[in-house]
Amino acid sequence: MSDRSYIHAFGAHLPERVVANAELASQLGCTEEWIEGVSGIRERRWAGEETVADLATAAARDCLRKAGVEASQLGLLIVSSGSAERRFPGPASTVAAALGLNATPALDLPIASAGSIFGLSLASHLAAAYGDVLVVAAEKMSAVIQGGALDQNTAILFGDGAGAALVSSRQGRFEVLDSVLHTDGAYRDDLTLDWGSALHMNGLTVILQASRKLPAVIGEALARQNIAPADVKQFVMHQANQNLILRVAKALGVDASLMFSNVSKYGNTSSASMFIAAAEWEPAPGPVVFAGFGAGFNWGALVARSA
Amino acid sequence: MRDRLLKVLNKVTSQPLNIGDEDSLFESGLLDSFALPDLVSGLEEEFSFKVPDSDLNPRKFDSVARIEAYLSEHAKV
Repeated sequence: MSDRSYIHAFGAHLPERVVANAELASQLGCTEEWIEGVSGIRERRWAGEETVADLATAAARDCLRKAGVEASQLGLLIVSSGSAERRFPGPASTVAAALGLNATPALDLPIASAGSIFGLSLASHLAAAYGDVLVVAAEKMSAVIQGGALDQNTAILFGDGAGAALVSSRQGRFEVLDSVLHTDGAYRDDLTLDWGSALHMNGLTVILQASRKLPAVIGEALARQNIAPADVKQFVMHQANQNLILRVAKALGVDASLMFSNVSKYGNTSSASMFIAAAEWEPAPGPVVFAGFGAGFNWGALVARSA
Repeated sequence: MRDRLLKVLNKVTSQPLNIGDEDSLFESGLLDSFALPDLVSGLEEEFSFKVPDSDLNPRKFDSVARIEAYLSEHAKV
């Protein structure tokens, strides 16, 4: 089996209900213009009865369909979520059962926003041993927002959704060239979600660290492949905030148009956002970069070559 | 050093700095989460030094006095 790995397809699922800034603004006592100005977000989706596993299963099916792969072919399932409903088991086993799998290993990654880049990187290494790996990221952040007292600066950001990626050692659309992952637990208390509590985010520290660490890890991964940021065809990052995405472009010295963004439509869907974005993009052939940053702090980047 | 620091702060905040040296730049509304990285970058450029990631703590940059103290210890002034 080849040591090389390839991303074959991305999939996504977004709940139907659109929550525009006007609806949130009236609840939070701010203006829709202020929300868009500080975040670049115009609307987001909120799930109703759908669980994290329901969202994940729908995105998984979309990805499998696009990849032309049957669920029974999977050698490993990885499900990332920071908003799962219960402590254990996480949504991975529910998604596996929904896909008709009864012996395929299914692993949860409960690290929130960086879960998709961690899952993608791990899958690229594990594909040689396990075969086709489906990485799914699903979040129901509306339950977090509505589950406790949140401050205005946090409540405006989040949305619900799920995305997925199919990684295989068989040749496919994106050849994975390299990936870099990092964790610094010194910041473990700056972004947290405890059971029964509101989400806590020290926004100043999160943005300050993300502004520095995202360009640095992207530069680190690219340098290992002797690729200059200017030679990258497109970047797709965790869609946290449009201002952060633009700041990363500036730090890398690349045009903002190279940063794929759909945060205006879906808000910050935490770990799901990078895959939801990737499911909508069509990069030109050449190097592409995936990157994410989140609670922990965990952050990373993956360099691939688009065929 | 103080004049150069205030020059950077003025550029980042784009508004008059009508606060005391000990007053919080965040609580006063002069700095928000996206202006803070600009302040740090501006200080690095003005004083030709690099703030290590381990020092990227908002508290170190929360007031004119704290920034002055940090620069005195770490920057070429």
